[in-house]
Amino acid sequence: MEYVIIGNSAAAIGAVEGIRSVDKKGTITLVSNEPYHTYSRPLISYLLQEKVTEDAMKYRPDTFYTENACRLIFASAVQIDAKKKRVLLDNGQELPYGKLLTATGSSASVVPFAGLQSVKNAFTFMGLDDAKALRAALKPDCRVLIVGAGLIGLKCAEGIVKLAGSVTVVEVADRILSAVLDGEGAKKVQAHIESKGVSFMLSAKIERFEETRAFLSDGRQIEFDVLVTATGVKPNVDLLKGIARINKGILINEKSQTSATDIYAAGDCTECVDVSSGESKIMALLPNAYMQGECAGLNMAGVDTAFTQAIPMNAAGFFGLHIISAGTYCGEVYTCAEKDYKKLFYSRDKLNGYILIGNVEKAGIYTSLIRGATPLSSIDFNLVCRHPSLMAFTKTERAAKLGGEK
Amino acid sequence: MKRVYVNENWCLGCRLCEYHCAFAESRQKDMARALRGVKINPAIRIEANNGISFAVSCRHCKQPLCVKACITGALHITNGIITADKARCVGCYTCILSCPFGAISQNETGVIQKCELCTASHGSPACVKGCPNNALVYEERE
Repeated sequence: MEYVIIGNSAAAIGAVEGIRSVDKKGTITLVSNEPYHTYSRPLISYLLQEKVTEDAMKYRPDTFYTENACRLIFASAVQIDAKKKRVLLDNGQELPYGKLLTATGSSASVVPFAGLQSVKNAFTFMGLDDAKALRAALKPDCRVLIVGAGLIGLKCAEGIVKLAGSVTVVEVADRILSAVLDGEGAKKVQAHIESKGVSFMLSAKIERFEETRAFLSDGRQIEFDVLVTATGVKPNVDLLKGIARINKGILINEKSQTSATDIYAAGDCTECVDVSSGESKIMALLPNAYMQGECAGLNMAGVDTAFTQAIPMNAAGFFGLHIISAGTYCGEVYTCAEKDYKKLFYSRDKLNGYILIGNVEKAGIYTSLIRGATPLSSIDFNLVCRHPSLMAFTKTERAAKLGGEK
Repeated sequence: MKRVYVNENWCLGCRLCEYHCAFAESRQKDMARALRGVKINPAIRIEANNGISFAVSCRHCKQPLCVKACITGALHITNGIITADKARCVGCYTCILSCPFGAISQNETGVIQKCELCTASHGSPACVKGCPNNALVYEERE
C-alpha cells in the first residue's frame, strides 16, 4: 500500500503511528509545507518565553521518520487528482497514493480590517516561522497590540510580555477566552493576566488601521509598534474543494473518512461530531487531531476503527494560573467559586461540560463522564461535584477500573 | 504486562503506599530521614470515604489517552510502561484533562508526575512491596 499524508503535525504523526501499528511494509510519504522536523505548534509561546528551545519543540524524537520508515518531503501540495489518485506538489513532483490523508491543519483567519496593509510590523501567531518573525521584531521598549483575546492571542501575550515595553489586547467580545470560559471565569483569569502586566480593551471593535495606529469604533485610538492579529483560525480545506464534502471544515465520519474514496482527513482541517453537544463542529485541538489521525491511519491500513469521542477541551495555563475545560456549557450548573473556580454543567442525567480554574486536579474524571455519556444517576454525583474521584463510581465499576475485573 | 492492581476490600487506608512511593522517588536510603518533615507528593494516592479506601495510580492503559493527548511528546510508552520525560513537559496539563482515573498529578516544579512502576529505579513497584495487607499486587492479568 502507498500511503500519502499531507501534513506533518499531530494528525499526520497520529496517522503514521496508526498505520505502523499494523502495517510495517507499506510506504508512507509525508508532505510538509514547513521545513521542519515535526514540532508542537502550541509550544511557540514557550519558545518566546525561552521555556523551551527550538530543538525541544520536536513532537517526536529525531529518529521518528527512520524508525517508522517514512519519507518526508518539504513541499506544498497544490492539487489532488482523485481519479488518477495522485497528489501534485509545487516542486512539480507527482505522488501516487493508494490511501491519502489530508492533515492540512488550519491557518490564521485575519479579519480584513481597513488599512491593515499599511501596518509594517504585522504578524500572526500560528507556527514556528510566525514566532521567529515576531521575536525578531520585538524590542524592549516596543508597544505591542494583540487583536483577539482567545487562546492564541493570550498565549502570545504571555510569551512576549517580558520582551516588549507594553502589551495591549483588544477584543471585540465582552470577555476574554470566550470560546473556553464563561463570563465569571473569564473575569478571574483576566484579573490574573492583568496583574502580570498585560492590558485589555474589551467590547472594543477595531474600525481601521493607519500605519502604527488603530482606530476603534467608539472613537478611541491605540498607538503601537508591533501588531499581532489573533482573530481566529480557518481550516485549510482548499485541496479537497470539488472532491470531498466540505462544510466549514472537511466533513469526516467516525473513521476519519471524507466523502471521497480512499481520501481521509484529520485534525484542524476537519469538522466532526462533538459528542457533548451532538453538533458537527471544528474542534481544532491537538489531542483530537492526534486521535483522528491515528484512527485514519488504522482505517487506511485496513483496520476498522472508530473515533467517536471528540469533544471540545482545553488545558491552558497563563502566568501560572491553570485552566482546564471541556464539553458544552449548557444545563444546570454546579458552582464552587471559593479560592479555586469550578463549574459543572449538566442536564438529562449527563455531564455536558465543566470549567476548572486554579485547582485542576483529576479533571480527567470529569472529562471521562462527558466522553462516556455516563448516566449521573449511576454515580455519586454529589461527591463527584465536590471532588472528582473514582469513589463516586459503584464498587463494581471501581473493581473494573482498578482491578482489571469485568 | 505486569501492572499494579487494587483490592479495596483489603485496603486499610494506612497510606503506607503513598509513603513508600515518595521514599522510592526520593532515591534515598533511609525512609525516616528521607520523609521527616516532608509533605509528600506521591504518584499513588489513597481515596477514602465512609470507611472505604483504595489506592489509585497509573493504570498503564493499552490505549493511553494521556499519551495521545500530550502536546509535546513528553509522555510516551516504553515496553508498555507509560513514561513521562519531565524535561520535555511544559506543564500544560492536557494529560490531567485526559486521564479518566485522575492518576496524573503536578510535581513541585510544575511539570507532571505519574507512576512508572519503579521498574527503572527499584525493579518493581515500591508501593506494592510496602503494602502490609496485599491490597496492592503487581501481576499479569489479561
